Amino acid sequence: MKYLALVLGGLRRKKLRTAFTILSIGVAFSLFGFLGAIQNALLGGVDLAGKDRIVVRHRVSIIQNLPVAYADRIARIPDVDTVAHFSWFNGMFQDQRQPIPSFPTVPETCLEVYPEIVIPPDQIETWKRTRTGAVIGRKLAERNGWKVGDRIPLRSPIWPAKDGGAWTFDIVGIYDASKRGIDTSAMYFHYDYFDENRQWGEGMIGWYVIKVADPERTAEIAAAIDLEFANSAAETKAEPEGVFMQGFIQQLGDIGTIVMAILGAVFFTILLVAGNTMAQSVRERTEEIGVLKAIGFTDGRVLAIVLSESLAIALIGGAAGLVLGWMMVAGFAPAVEAFLPGFFLKSSIFVTGGLLALGVGFVAGVLPAMQAGRLRIAEALRRGG
Amino acid sequence: MSGFINWLSQVATVSMFAVRTIPDRKGAAVTTMVGIAGVTAVFVGMMSIATGLRETLTTKGREDVAYVTRAGADSEMTSILGREDVRLVGDTAGILIDGSGPVVSPELFVIINLPKRGTGSDVNVPFRGVERAAFEVREGLQMIEGRRFEPGRNEVVVGVGAARELDGLEVGSTIRLGRTSWDVVGVFSAEGAVAESEIWTDATVLQGAYQRGTSYQTIQAQLVSADAFQAFKDALTSNPQLEVDVVRQNEAGTGQQINVAAIAGGGIFIAGMMSLGALFGALNTMYSAVASRVREIATLRALGFGVGPVILSVLFESLVLAVAGGSFGALVAWLAFDGYTAATLNFQTFSQVAFAFSVTPPLLVAAIVMSAGIGLVGGILPAIRAARLPISAALRES
Repeated sequence: MKYLALVLGGLRRKKLRTAFTILSIGVAFSLFGFLGAIQNALLGGVDLAGKDRIVVRHRVSIIQNLPVAYADRIARIPDVDTVAHFSWFNGMFQDQRQPIPSFPTVPETCLEVYPEIVIPPDQIETWKRTRTGAVIGRKLAERNGWKVGDRIPLRSPIWPAKDGGAWTFDIVGIYDASKRGIDTSAMYFHYDYFDENRQWGEGMIGWYVIKVADPERTAEIAAAIDLEFANSAAETKAEPEGVFMQGFIQQLGDIGTIVMAILGAVFFTILLVAGNTMAQSVRERTEEIGVLKAIGFTDGRVLAIVLSESLAIALIGGAAGLVLGWMMVAGFAPAVEAFLPGFFLKSSIFVTGGLLALGVGFVAGVLPAMQAGRLRIAEALRRGG
Repeated sequence: MSGFINWLSQVATVSMFAVRTIPDRKGAAVTTMVGIAGVTAVFVGMMSIATGLRETLTTKGREDVAYVTRAGADSEMTSILGREDVRLVGDTAGILIDGSGPVVSPELFVIINLPKRGTGSDVNVPFRGVERAAFEVREGLQMIEGRRFEPGRNEVVVGVGAARELDGLEVGSTIRLGRTSWDVVGVFSAEGAVAESEIWTDATVLQGAYQRGTSYQTIQAQLVSADAFQAFKDALTSNPQLEVDVVRQNEAGTGQQINVAAIAGGGIFIAGMMSLGALFGALNTMYSAVASRVREIATLRALGFGVGPVILSVLFESLVLAVAGGSFGALVAWLAFDGYTAATLNFQTFSQVAFAFSVTPPLLVAAIVMSAGIGLVGGILPAIRAARLPISAALRES
């Protein structure tokens, strides 16, 4: 610690340069945080996937429907706990440009397979009793200013109601998520009401979500489900929920790769800038380092002082950048969370960022530090003069 | 006048001096160039994705083709039209009639899963049922291999983008979907339009295979002329038997651009942030360039060179470094990204759209202008410092 003054002196020597280097590293790390949030949003669904859940859909594609009668046959497969089903309703409220993610389901099984959905018990009871009852997510409620007791008309271009008009739903509950990153902008309502009032497609559902007793055996149970319906009119494709979400994300194309490539480009650039700055500052101080050595500083100590300077710059820049990145993410979140619910900074990003900053400081500082450590006193004093 | 020429020659002399001494400051100069090259490469790369997607998704549609969907449908996916609707639309005045009747293309659209080439993971692919006129209402659609499907048979033709991105769509191969097999008999191109990502078959066969009865989703009608559109639209929307929306083909599907705007916005934002980082790097470089030339600059000033030429020479040096770096970055991005093909999810139809990254000349120009901007901003403060150097003190400096 007694050399702190020397390190600080080195940093203060060219204040502008130190400031600019810290700023450029800060920018790099704010981008690192921002891209981390984007990646979290794209891949976060996989993290949140239930380890004990299986998604079953029509083999040909997710837009093909499956018979509701499959539920009983799936339930008979060993180790299957709960069978819930959902359908894509595509409800539109007034302004058709803003569809409401809305799904007919069965309340009991829906809440059993998705324990992340948290609703006050009295609201659950009302929901079960009310044929036209629907529960909505907190975010959806806030966005549209809906509250319990409201009556909401929705039109669905896919599922016109029997009378040709809009569907009416009574909001009986508002749910919250038990975990961060889980979307609360959806609406769930009774399948029975849906099935009896639609013009076509009776007895068909979109997809099943199954909860199994033993999370270790999801792959096996998925295979057993597919086998059960092999060679039937509607063959199934059953996958653990994580695999299903991964497949969906892969459809976006190589977003992950592109994000990583950008990160790589940013870091390569920043490393060069920081490394060069450090090298320059050592070169300019050749004479000074010669003096330090002449008065008895060992090679190792000189190396440590120069490296500390580099690490200090990287860590200050990194910390400032991560904080800035966190602020940017918080600023953007309200605008994008409707379609990217996982857009937030996980604490692991700060840890990774801190380690990266250390790495950048070390890599950028180590060569000039070694050079400084190796300088011969006489030569250093001569060159400096 | 001679004063101005003298001034110009001063600027030229000092600038040449500055640029000639760049090799003495290799390290810093290369750092700046690489930094700015990185910024432009990322900018060009991100924007080439956006331009490529936009080129594909923007309907290069025609003004003289009408696009009919069910009233209120937000996309092709959610539109439903019956056989009767098709007949009523086909009977409306204004449609071009050729040897085999009105040129009307009723179409239906389902999504299937096929494995993506390379990864083997399933992706959603648009599978379109069409009739003869589908080939006529689209601009520049042509078979580049094989032949068209024969009506009534389980045969498909595939878009060139789909054939490129997906496994097993070569002419002569067979795809199995559920319990039905389809023979691939041809490949078509559509001038890079979104149709190239699709697989087409006979509408009647598709209706049967997917239990669609006699329903369709959209109708495209070739009009006698672009001017006939308004009358045609009025006739349809005022017909009490029909509940449809009518737009010109070139105005259809604009909703698809939403995610493109997000990509372009993201690209600009990331490049903007990176520019800031590169700007600080450039500032560092130019400050140290000025610092290492303090005596030289002071000497020039003592000899009678003006403040203006000194400022301009520093700016010029900064600009040269930045534009060199920027051009290099843009060149690398152009070589790496232009024509690179990829596929992503189109959220409107929930299916894959194949596209090529597109690095256009305006994009390259924008990238180089951006790098010049970084160079100018990065040079201005150091230039002012250079001009303000007290001559006598600077001459004394070691």
